[in-house]
Amino acid sequence: MASLGELERSVMEMLWTNDAALTANELRDTLAVRDGSGRVVATTTMLTVLSRLERKGFVSRSRVMRPHRYRALLSREEHTAELMHEVLDQSTDRAAALARFVGTVSEGEANTLRRLLDELAHH
Amino acid sequence: MFLVAGVLGALALALAWPVPVLLSRAAWPSRAPAVALALWQAIALAGGLSMIGCLLAFGSAAAGSFPAAVAQLAPALLDGPVPSAFGALEIAALALAGAVALLLILNLAFTAVRAERERRKQHQLVDVLSHPLPDDPRTRVLAHPALLAYCVPGIRTTTVLTDGLIEVLDRDELAAVIAHERTHLGQLHHLVRLAFRAWHSAIPWFPIANRAERSVVTLTEMLADDGARRLVGTDALRGALERVGNAGESGSFPDATPGASPDAAMLAARLVRLERLDRLDASTGDRGAAQDLPRGLPGLVLATSVGLVAISLTGYAAILGIVP
Repeated sequence: MASLGELERSVMEMLWTNDAALTANELRDTLAVRDGSGRVVATTTMLTVLSRLERKGFVSRSRVMRPHRYRALLSREEHTAELMHEVLDQSTDRAAALARFVGTVSEGEANTLRRLLDELAHH
Repeated sequence: MFLVAGVLGALALALAWPVPVLLSRAAWPSRAPAVALALWQAIALAGGLSMIGCLLAFGSAAAGSFPAAVAQLAPALLDGPVPSAFGALEIAALALAGAVALLLILNLAFTAVRAERERRKQHQLVDVLSHPLPDDPRTRVLAHPALLAYCVPGIRTTTVLTDGLIEVLDRDELAAVIAHERTHLGQLHHLVRLAFRAWHSAIPWFPIANRAERSVVTLTEMLADDGARRLVGTDALRGALERVGNAGESGSFPDATPGASPDAAMLAARLVRLERLDRLDASTGDRGAAQDLPRGLPGLVLATSVGLVAISLTGYAAILGIVP
């Protein structure tokens, strides 16, 4: 039995590779195929996973018609940029939240990264 | 009471300026990071307690004890004149004591809440964006070219490595990095850093607070280095540090430059230390052997730490009228 965390990750992978908004059942079926094991998670499990992802700000739910459709709110790259931004940001208490790095990006890389991240932020 | 105020005041002054300056310049802490870290915590705790205690003792001297002063002043809060024993200075001292205590406590609380929120956010992002190492689910890999390793503390702890880092480090070096981060997590370094971060942000204009936080960060890095050394050996750790190299450690406040600017001084201090430990290991043939400290120094430092806190607590006992 895959953990909820693993399911969340798999669902996000599917939503990132699929441009269209998908229903819980479509996601469940795609997961079973991708997995290759033929294991099918229960639809209720899938709905739990999706509502967790929605609460965490990863997916948006379209309630226009039933069944509801889900799509990724941001691209994988945007989320990664967000994560890196928080990890590299030293100016706030974020630094206190994470016991720090052994090594981090080099100065040149850090500058490039910051520029990229700033561009993304102002996008 | 004036004697108590005097003693606590002298202690507060000593701990606010000369003692932290001397300690941050001393050479021995890099040889005994654990006891040095304990001493820093004692200095911060005793410093705060004695500063507040000095004000309380001075302000309540006229009444003989703090509870007595409260009993005499409380009615005056609602109506009626302030008892003549209390002058403007006494009232100001008591008010200042309350303000300082409130500032420190609220700052710690806010810092802790923000850090907790950030930790939760990190766990959420890391869970979805990274995949666990097959043989070690507590270590996760993030697809990103930056050379980066960090750990997210909490009830569930995670060490995060980037693709980029895995690419440039060899197996032992990676093991050293993971062991380093695990040591941070295991020894709860984030908590002591949080306290010093909160202290620093409560009085950001006070240079000693910055110096103290930097020293504490450096010491936790050295302790984490020791964890990695014990598990994987000095060579691998040094290799990793040199390889991610000009990167350096960014877990601190470089004084002027905010952002992820590398702290070359801290990295240099750690590398010099590792070199010395390497020589020591070679000469004693024992990895992680006792460091070349003067005998008795750790005991002395620990006794000093306990003593500092004990003196300020004794002052409070006098202020509260528990001891005469």
